[in-house]
Amino acid sequence: MNLSLGLDLFPLTAAILVSVGCGLLGNFLVLRRLSLMGDAISHSVLPGIVIAFLLFTTRSAGVLLLGAAIAGVVTVVLVEVVRQVGRVESSAAIGVVFTVLFALGVLLIEQAAVRHADLDADCLLYGQLETLLWYGAPDDLSGLFSASTLSAIPPQIYLLCITVTIVFLGVGFLYKELRIAAFDPLLSTSLGFHATALHYLLMIMVAAMTVASFEAVGSILVIALLVCPAATARLLTDRLSVQLLLSVVIAFFCGIGGYLGATVVPGLWGKDSVNAAGAIATVAGGLLAIGLLVAPRYGSLARWLRHRRNTSAIAIDDLLTTLYRVAESGGDRCSFEDLKAGWSGPKLHQVIASASRRGMIAVEGGPLSLTPNGRQRAEELIRRHRLWEHYLVDEASIPADHVHDTAEVLEHIEAIDPADEIGTPNRDPHGKPIPPKHEEG
Amino acid sequence: MMLTARILASELADSTHSSFSASTLDTLIQVLTFRSGYNTNLVIAGTALLGFAAGIIGVFAMLRKRSLVADALSHATLPGICMAFLLAAFIGQAGRTLPVLLIGAGFTGVLGVLCIQMILRHGRLREDVAITVVLGAFFGAGVVGLSYIQAHSAAGSAGITRFIYGQAASMQPSDVVIMAWICGISLLACMLLFKEFTIVCFNDSYARTLGWPVERLDLGIMALIVLVTLVGLQTAGLILVVALLILPAASARFWTDRIRSMVLLSGLFGATGCWLGSTLSAVFPRYPTGAVIVLTSGLLFALSMLFAPRRGLIHLLRRRGRLQLHDLQAVAVHADGAPGFRGLPHRGSGSVDS
Repeated sequence: MNLSLGLDLFPLTAAILVSVGCGLLGNFLVLRRLSLMGDAISHSVLPGIVIAFLLFTTRSAGVLLLGAAIAGVVTVVLVEVVRQVGRVESSAAIGVVFTVLFALGVLLIEQAAVRHADLDADCLLYGQLETLLWYGAPDDLSGLFSASTLSAIPPQIYLLCITVTIVFLGVGFLYKELRIAAFDPLLSTSLGFHATALHYLLMIMVAAMTVASFEAVGSILVIALLVCPAATARLLTDRLSVQLLLSVVIAFFCGIGGYLGATVVPGLWGKDSVNAAGAIATVAGGLLAIGLLVAPRYGSLARWLRHRRNTSAIAIDDLLTTLYRVAESGGDRCSFEDLKAGWSGPKLHQVIASASRRGMIAVEGGPLSLTPNGRQRAEELIRRHRLWEHYLVDEASIPADHVHDTAEVLEHIEAIDPADEIGTPNRDPHGKPIPPKHEEG
Repeated sequence: MMLTARILASELADSTHSSFSASTLDTLIQVLTFRSGYNTNLVIAGTALLGFAAGIIGVFAMLRKRSLVADALSHATLPGICMAFLLAAFIGQAGRTLPVLLIGAGFTGVLGVLCIQMILRHGRLREDVAITVVLGAFFGAGVVGLSYIQAHSAAGSAGITRFIYGQAASMQPSDVVIMAWICGISLLACMLLFKEFTIVCFNDSYARTLGWPVERLDLGIMALIVLVTLVGLQTAGLILVVALLILPAASARFWTDRIRSMVLLSGLFGATGCWLGSTLSAVFPRYPTGAVIVLTSGLLFALSMLFAPRRGLIHLLRRRGRLQLHDLQAVAVHADGAPGFRGLPHRGSGSVDS
């Protein structure tokens, strides 16, 4: 690690600011299914900026922000017009609008680049974090706050600071309104927070954040930062406030990780640094991929484990009920071969092993029998199974010879007790006795 | 769209001031009428064919709601192009040959589409998120690769940057031949499977009950989208190539409700847009071909949206005006026979011809 103050401080700061600002706003795009609109806006602010630049021939932040905000609103309006007049689905409408506007922007840049050398299409696309050099960087920390060093801070940093502050304040003040609008736009409007107005406000904030991020990460990579951290956070929690916090934290690490990955890591092999904006977007995507795999509740791994646990629990239950039915019909013990003949679940050996490990069945001497514990569990399952059969015949008018398979599924649901619905009959539709409910403890 | 048209016009007018002279006009006419040399003609004809194929497949892409999946796909090709370039350079081949780069592009492009499918199957995140995430992350990786090539490859990235904005002028006759083959094959596939594609697009569950291999047909549509996107990369550039699929189809939507005429119209719109665009770009080589083609196609879209007979904006506005007039007349009639007057009649309930 050797970072230098003048070379790395502000690119790193900018990377973090962009990531954090975009990461926060992105939550509302993800929740309102507006990610594609965010994508469209990040493309279509390009002509807004270039036109503003050509009209006022200045790169001052206010003018560019104004141009971008107008472009953002124009995009949203145009998409709506194309969608309704053209009767195409909204993603095609978005595609129509942003490609045309972006093409316009590219053409205008090429046109303008002849007269104004400081407009560069590549920079606007990929970002040039590395150019945010601090030429007046002090040699030691004591000179940090003198006027000359502070005035040499790149102006983009100020712009970013201001925009990110506005974004955070805006989200903070409008948190309640944005939250309602994110989940239920109609309710929001009926409560007096105009959902459409909020929508446009959000879009303007996205456009402003896009412009502020332009020179740091470029227009296209903004979209990765808008959506990835928020999507990752959405995998980790169901609560909006927690999601906002998590997304900001994740975005923060995207910014740092991406920047260091682009500048420091290639240096380890003696290579030049690569494009930091691209690296940040890659890191953001990578974090999302990790989230998809290992998120505690919604991750693929957690789901797989849960599924496996359920499957094995259900298999044990099936084994217990089978043994119970054998005992009921007179057989006292049941050999492995008999079981095997009628078994359709997962591997019988493993099921028997885990059932006996839990003390549900006794396997001594070959044939299997239920232990008292196992018998109690089996009775509970059989009770529910037969009550469900009763319920299906009585309440749903299904013929008695068609209810077994459905009841076989319903018996595993712990949350509902069919006795609450139909009381406690003694026999099921087939005439078999229904065991009584065991008292807890 | 009005804005687009106006700025395109002012753009042309602008160049009139600076460089547009009688000779440029001559060149323009020469190129438009295919009299400007074998290579230019070949490129323009190839691009028009590409536009035709993309327009036709775009209809199916739009009906299957895959328009922006194609956008993610085209952005996701960048890392593959870079990898293919580096690999080819590593083996010692010239990395700029089109087939090598296209294979790389196809590899990560398809990988991106698979990622979208996986995220969707995962279930927690919606399609819009899946598309944008793949688009952003893959493009980011591509930008990293591009900057690496720019810094470390002796040959530079000249062979790659043309894929970003599109550069029809850089196309070799051999490239055009490859392009024409792929377009021809896609068109043939579309014609042979037209009935199947149509029913999958409109009612896939019905197709499933009929016993048709809906998944495989869907995969076929996706494969055609991939092919056209890959072929279009060099002409239109990976950022804007998706417009070749979307714009003609959306334009054709204004003119007809029938799938056959829509497919045909979309193909024609695509071909016209690409032909005009590549012509203009041949005359003004400074502008990236992709952007010019998108703007000419956008112009066709704007014209369709304004002037289409039943759907067009002008027709809609005029009809609304007539309806209001009709309402007023109805009020006047009711008011004359005063006892029957109960306020405004329901809009559109009258016998207005439409």
